Amino acid sequence: MTNTVDVDKRRFLTNATTVVGGIGAIAVAIPFISSLSPSAKAEAAGAPVALDISKLAMGQMLIIEWRGKPVWILRRSDDTLSTLATLASELSDPDSDDLGQQPDYCKNPSRSIRDDILVLVGICTHLGCSPTHRPELAPEDLGPDWKGGFFCPCHGSKFDLAGRVYAGLPAPNNLVVPPYHFVSDSQLLIGADPVGYG
Amino acid sequence: MRLLDWIDARFPASKLWNEHLAEYYAPKNFNFWYFFGSLALVILILQIVTGIFLTMHYKPDTALAFASVEYIMRDVNWGWLIRYLHSTGASAFFVVVYLHMFRGLLYGSYKQPRELVWIFGMLIYVALMAEAFMGYLLPWGQMSFWGAQVIISLFGAIPYVGEGLALWIRGDFVVADATLNRFFAFHVIAVPLVLLGLVVAHIIALHEVGSNNPDGVEIKKLKNDQGIPVDGIAFHPYYSVKDLVGVIVFLFIFSIILFYMPEMGGWFLEKDNFIPADPLKTPEHIVPLWYFTPFYAILRAVPDKLFGVLAMGGAIVVLFLLPWLDRSPVKSIRYRGPLFKTALTLFTISFFALGYLGTQPATGLYTLMAQIFSVIYFSFFLFMPFYTAIDKDKPVPDRVT
Repeated sequence: MTNTVDVDKRRFLTNATTVVGGIGAIAVAIPFISSLSPSAKAEAAGAPVALDISKLAMGQMLIIEWRGKPVWILRRSDDTLSTLATLASELSDPDSDDLGQQPDYCKNPSRSIRDDILVLVGICTHLGCSPTHRPELAPEDLGPDWKGGFFCPCHGSKFDLAGRVYAGLPAPNNLVVPPYHFVSDSQLLIGADPVGYG
Repeated sequence: MRLLDWIDARFPASKLWNEHLAEYYAPKNFNFWYFFGSLALVILILQIVTGIFLTMHYKPDTALAFASVEYIMRDVNWGWLIRYLHSTGASAFFVVVYLHMFRGLLYGSYKQPRELVWIFGMLIYVALMAEAFMGYLLPWGQMSFWGAQVIISLFGAIPYVGEGLALWIRGDFVVADATLNRFFAFHVIAVPLVLLGLVVAHIIALHEVGSNNPDGVEIKKLKNDQGIPVDGIAFHPYYSVKDLVGVIVFLFIFSIILFYMPEMGGWFLEKDNFIPADPLKTPEHIVPLWYFTPFYAILRAVPDKLFGVLAMGGAIVVLFLLPWLDRSPVKSIRYRGPLFKTALTLFTISFFALGYLGTQPATGLYTLMAQIFSVIYFSFFLFMPFYTAIDKDKPVPDRVT
């Protein structure tokens, strides 16, 4: 037996122990990090919500809660719909080309299944405030060019009455259209795609 | 002293006392600006003690939280006092910390060899912001809810991983019970532990290099035959007693606010937060508490989601870089040239102006002014390597004046 120390062997063993221990530490961290993700209960809470729209008057907006978020249901007039077509030059994404913001069946000029009924998640795509419904024309605070739409009081983003965002404002995308369909003429189901989609 | 000898043989009690108090030599020329370090420590203790008593009555549950705060205010014996001490203490903490940081800017306390003192201090500041933000969710009022919704959404601006990260932070698709519960855990134990550790590191680093002073000269250069700096005096009793006077004056002012205007007209406790959280309705005018408004104004000044968030984060990150941006050989404002004095004045004005603009609606003229002052804020840092290098500094004396 010699008394000389095999430095290479020691270094190898030290490194090997460090690597194995490090992998173990990372593995142990996974359950803790994962525990902060939405729980099974939170995931399951996304059940569809039914709504009767037969009493919804022209220009009236209802707010209901789906997955903890406000969902707007607005009945639009023909005037409103014809105004939408004139706004394209002022909008960031007039043709709804950003596919994440609405289901395929709502990628159309009115961003809806039925032209008169608009369904939107009422959360601003900037930082998550809930914009206010401002249907009046040319109010004092929004200027003479305002054609009616949604205004976010937090950071000043503006949307038209199809939830499309005006260009040059903080919000990057159009408001989200949730999956929904008509069960009958007056019954709306929010949170579920029409038969044959999804 | 046999008991102390017995302890000293087993635990360095006298050694710690001497190194950090009785034989820690601080420059003899400390002025008004040097009260705020020890005041911050006093408020930290106040917040921990009042916080512990509040957790004994508070319920971190979306169905119970708002009512449990009102229960503390109305039904718990002296609960109103404990709660107001905690809420007023939070704002006082930021007042004191901002003044403490401004002292660092005035006298170049971040400069070599105190870079790590500054870095630890900045980490304390960031931890304090996290602590205040998460604490503000707990009363579960309208501002609590929508403030948290906006700030967590900031993370959503990060490309690719952002939305997943925001979801992970909330623990639900919106700010919900899971969010409230985890913010409670972070606010009462995780962040305070980090804060305490950082405060210890801040003080150890300071005591290793020694305190700066209003003249910005190193007192360790000139020592007497016992090895004690000639311009130094022992922290205890000289500064411990002096700081006590500062604490008493602070408590006068603190008590007036605490007893006569604990809401400070909506600046310390916002009016909308007396309405329970409603996930379907954003308050007309959503504003963070005053100590975040300069950064909030910068966020809103940029008309782009990602760049707005980057600008806001950058406004804090540049502060960390201060020791390396400042190229002047002179520490104290007393011997700096006109360029630095002008730059610091403009920076101070822009910080106050942004703080005010952050409380106002984001429309027309206000947005334009926020943009102008944001540019001034960043210019202070970006051009610092140039104007500090060519500035006409005055000669620095060998000893404190």
